[in-house]
Amino acid sequence: MYRYNDFDDAFLAQRNAQFRAQVERRISGALTEDEFKPLRLMNGLYLQLHAYMLRVAIPYGTLSSDQMRQLALVADKWDKGYGHFTTRQNIQYNWPKLPDVPDILDSLAEVNLHAIQTSGNTIRNVTADHFAGAAADEIADPRPVAELIRQWSTDHPEFQFLPRKFKIAITGSPNDRAVTRAHDIGLRMVERDGVAGYEVIVGGGLGRTPVVGKVINEFLPQADLLPYLEAIVSVYNTLGRRDNKYKARIKITVNENGLDEVRARVEERFAAIRPLFAGVDQEMLKSIEAHFAAPEFVSKDVAPYDQAYANDPVFRAWADTNLSAHKADGYAIASISIKAHGQTPGDATSDQMRVMADLAEKYGHGELRISHEQNVILPHVHKADLPRVHAALKEAGLATANIGLISDIIACPGMDYCALATARSIPVAQEIAERFEELKLEHEIGPLKIKISGCINACGHHHVGHIGILGLDRAGVENYQITLGGDGTEDAVIGQRVGPGFAYDQVVTAIETIITTYLAQREDENETFLDAYRRLGPDPFKAALYPEAAKKNAA
Amino acid sequence: MPRPFTPKVITANALLEGDVVYFTAQDSWSREMCEAEVLEDQAHAEVRLIEASRQQDVIVGAYLADVKPGEQGPEPTHFREDFRRTGPSNYFHGKQAEVH
Repeated sequence: MYRYNDFDDAFLAQRNAQFRAQVERRISGALTEDEFKPLRLMNGLYLQLHAYMLRVAIPYGTLSSDQMRQLALVADKWDKGYGHFTTRQNIQYNWPKLPDVPDILDSLAEVNLHAIQTSGNTIRNVTADHFAGAAADEIADPRPVAELIRQWSTDHPEFQFLPRKFKIAITGSPNDRAVTRAHDIGLRMVERDGVAGYEVIVGGGLGRTPVVGKVINEFLPQADLLPYLEAIVSVYNTLGRRDNKYKARIKITVNENGLDEVRARVEERFAAIRPLFAGVDQEMLKSIEAHFAAPEFVSKDVAPYDQAYANDPVFRAWADTNLSAHKADGYAIASISIKAHGQTPGDATSDQMRVMADLAEKYGHGELRISHEQNVILPHVHKADLPRVHAALKEAGLATANIGLISDIIACPGMDYCALATARSIPVAQEIAERFEELKLEHEIGPLKIKISGCINACGHHHVGHIGILGLDRAGVENYQITLGGDGTEDAVIGQRVGPGFAYDQVVTAIETIITTYLAQREDENETFLDAYRRLGPDPFKAALYPEAAKKNAA
Repeated sequence: MPRPFTPKVITANALLEGDVVYFTAQDSWSREMCEAEVLEDQAHAEVRLIEASRQQDVIVGAYLADVKPGEQGPEPTHFREDFRRTGPSNYFHGKQAEVH
């Protein structure tokens, strides 16, 4: 895990002191809201429907036990005892008061956390594969590079006033768990002739105009990464539109100018600035890499695991859904679902945070991860310890065995909190999860990703949900559009709208209709929802959802 | 014929707490919509909005919101304003827990 050096500490202390003074000047009336707003946004502070909201970055999704405990402390001391983990590996506090925010930021700085550039038209928190450093399928841990990008992009003088926000995601695995194709820049580690480099994807994004990112460079040598990123963002900074907010993201820049034109300009800029990177970045990367050395894995008898797996059906169900393959023998990656049926997706209470922090310390080499799917991960747990981990999770209401299943829903805060939202998303997620729990169908249905956004900006990634739900305001009433067939992996696909939207109280029934249709038409239980949809196409689902229209067409 | 003017209240967020507030006829801010001044005339509403917006040291982002008359004073016509005067639906937090 990266530990701040003296430079980092001093930088953050200075930045927090600046913001403290800015808050004081706003409260005294020396700054107007128009003057203050860009300053608070640079520091992660929004004003939402009912209160301020502070968005704290969890860099590339990695947390230590101490950091998690501090997040719990902030929740207890200055908020309402919980936090909301987001699809960009941030945590949001929904109820801070303006005069308290400087103290909150100082308290986060004690454990090397901050809220810098979690908002505004800058390079945002760099996200990464939540299994980084642990996954069996990984070429290399992407986090040292993510940390390097964070240091490079933080307060980068050229990139503080971009045309629009800019999001970078990175994965070290061929299996993309970081949705790299839906980011302004996606980086995928690939190997060529035994040498690792990056596939660079540009211009992906969801929102109003969903676009799957395009490969701008198939194989970028590792040492060229920072100058190449700087070249892309620099070209975007010049070409990107500032006349229209809805056309300001790099996906539009790429579409309007063409990938070839953008690539040519990037190459030109890269040639100009590459010599300026004299290798300091690579030296820094070397020192950062030392922070991310793998823990010292131990070898133990896995009998306790085998025994629990054989004898305890509850443990077995959890192990089957919530564990993933680890690169070290005898170890597993344990996903902790913070999506108990009926709970708010992504919310954890301060008590739950402390339980997870303690478990990570005791059984997980002190490491935790936050996934973009709004769950928490213990990346390194020896199988022998899993029964004890599971028992402790169960006590804290954290042992829900639903990772990757229908109730493991991504939902943005929606109209319950967000000032931009056009409809609610949290209660829709809660009701779907409760309905399928009632039906006891979840495991029968198998892998299925439902993603819900409460507005067109698509924080809930609905475009890449196998089933996507988008909440809109239709003439003063909440209305929900359903898309099918989306996919957020390395084969990213934007889901297709299935037909007219549904009223708030019809959404759960509509989802049930879709699932019933899938169960009736799948070839066998090994055919997942997404595979079945790809084979069948949208027609059977449309016919089931809109029987009246189907009748009319047949007549 | 011009369309009839929908009655309005002025609403904003409090500067320090960030919670929802409503502009009263006494030029003060109330936590409750039912205490808000109801504006029945467009020109008057615009003047009052300018006056309300001057209180930059107390509030943020004042705007006009549609209302309809109710038993205990003005009530929202749109669900967004209904959420703002109540609080989130997933927890008993915000106004629903504090005011009533």
